[in-house]
Amino acid sequence: MSRSAILILIGALAASAAAFAQAPSAEEILDRVDRNAVPGSKILVSEMTIHGRRESRTIRAKSWIEGEDKAFTEYLDPPRERGVKMLKLGDRLWTYSPDTDRAISISGHMLRQSVMGSDLSYEDMMEDRTLRDAYEARVAGDEAVGDRPCWVLELTAKSGDVAYPSRKSWVDKERFVVLKEERYAKSGKLLKTLEAGAVGRVQGRWLPFEAVFRDALKEGGGTEFRILSVAFDAPIPEALFTKASLRK
Amino acid sequence: MIIPKLALRNMLGAGAKTWLNGAVLSMAFVTIIFAQGLYRGFDAEVSKTLIDAEYGGGQYWVEDYDPYDPFTLQDAHAVPAPPLRALIDAGRAAPILIVQGTLYPAGRVLPVAIKGIDPAQRQLSFPTNVLTASGDGIPALIGSRMAKSAGLAVGDTVTVRWRDVRGAFDAKDLEIVQVMTTTAQTIDEGQVWLPLATLREMAAMPGEATIVVLDRDASPVAAAAGWSFQGLDVLLKDIKDIIKGKTIGASVLYAILLFLAALAILNTQLLSIWRRRKEIGTMMAMGVTRGRVIGLFTFEGALNAVFAAVVGAVWGIPLLAYLAVRGLSMGANQGDSFGIAMSDTMYPSYSAGLVAGTTLLVFLITTIVSYLPARKISKLKPTEALQGRRA
Repeated sequence: MSRSAILILIGALAASAAAFAQAPSAEEILDRVDRNAVPGSKILVSEMTIHGRRESRTIRAKSWIEGEDKAFTEYLDPPRERGVKMLKLGDRLWTYSPDTDRAISISGHMLRQSVMGSDLSYEDMMEDRTLRDAYEARVAGDEAVGDRPCWVLELTAKSGDVAYPSRKSWVDKERFVVLKEERYAKSGKLLKTLEAGAVGRVQGRWLPFEAVFRDALKEGGGTEFRILSVAFDAPIPEALFTKASLRK
Repeated sequence: MIIPKLALRNMLGAGAKTWLNGAVLSMAFVTIIFAQGLYRGFDAEVSKTLIDAEYGGGQYWVEDYDPYDPFTLQDAHAVPAPPLRALIDAGRAAPILIVQGTLYPAGRVLPVAIKGIDPAQRQLSFPTNVLTASGDGIPALIGSRMAKSAGLAVGDTVTVRWRDVRGAFDAKDLEIVQVMTTTAQTIDEGQVWLPLATLREMAAMPGEATIVVLDRDASPVAAAAGWSFQGLDVLLKDIKDIIKGKTIGASVLYAILLFLAALAILNTQLLSIWRRRKEIGTMMAMGVTRGRVIGLFTFEGALNAVFAAVVGAVWGIPLLAYLAVRGLSMGANQGDSFGIAMSDTMYPSYSAGLVAGTTLLVFLITTIVSYLPARKISKLKPTEALQGRRA
């Protein structure tokens, strides 16, 4: 072998070793995703468009979220839903309807019901475990989603009490945002999909401003979720996360 | 002996009036017996259907199970207590596991109760044996109502999603192996039946059940910790209450019928006393006591009930017997609109007690309305009666 050939081979090996050294591990990717998705606190105004078999309807809401355990949501529109509130404290959830002036605790099987006919259940919305806590991850490869290069992660639940035993996530290599996700049943059947749309940066964090959730077993256009405005690390009065605030 | 003879002669002598009274009273007789028989038949039919299809000889429910609250299903499962396991092993009881799930027929979402039952069970009379069918999918048995609402037919494949005991989602395809027709919508609507072993595996609940159905001749076991016995008196209470409520409602109809019949008798008696006041005066003048005169008129009235019973028997027995054999068509799936296990044809059921009780009731009412106007005779003086004056 000539001297130049040896040099090329050494160069190629060194380059691939450097590339390996730069690629984060699956756990590191999950950590970065979690850090992006679960800030200290956030206040956001969002819209949810539910595409049913016959018609679509849009619900606008404002949410105050503190870490993984506390969330308060008030529906702003349409008029029929205006004033409906939801409070999440740990694994407990209450909803309040101004029509009945009653706060109802949502628990047990009721958490598995759809939220306002959407493709999301209360449990989906309450998901508070970080991906790193809930799943073992493996980098299965890389693939572009649109024009964004992504890592493809295969996630397997660490324990049997995780709602979706496995997931496949496409994570933006640069922004560490999940751009696409497939959630699977224990049998391997595809149950839900998520496709993120426009991704933006707010206060140094990347987050998807648009996403479409679909129940893969159901017909329909899925549920679109749009963030209209968001503020991270904004001060939220502690009194908001109490049952009393539901009636205010 | 003179009073019965006189009463019979007078009644027969009344001619058309007697026939009219007999016809009205016999209609009351037959209608009451038919309506009561229909409710009895209805009760027997519904109870038998539910016992055959769902209740068996009674059920054991695991703690926390409430059939009226699907939210209890999440926690309502356990391994049957040892005495129940002994009955199950001996083939004298059938365990059923119930898991909440979601069916996706043609992309629609349909909440269902997934019920696991041993295909070889003998306690309930519906075709669980088809659940042994081997194919690619999991064999599933559904009722015709469920098939209609889900748009499913035999041979169709449909996806079902559920959560296992720890809350993890799972989904698989079911193959509809049979659509059963049953009048018991409680084993049909919103339900899918699977082989017990398969559902236990799917839900990760090995050896567990939600209810245990006993053989029809099995006695409840002494103690089954964590399980409560529900006898047929408890299980059939709702349906019995419905029938009782309907029977009470029907009593209004009986009261109207009897009132009309009583009115006819009363009218006849009043006319009779008015027209026969000279006869009454003569009898009193001849030494017949007031009591015997009252007895005569009361007996005459009561004879109308006997006559009506004979007339009712002549046309009522063939009619009621015909209806008992051929049944009364209620229209297809009428039971569904009431929410009860009612077949399309109802067969009235009559008993000796029912016939005797109705006869006695009509007889008593007729006797009372005959006595009331006759009582006036006691105030009549023989001289005034002979002159044709009213009491």
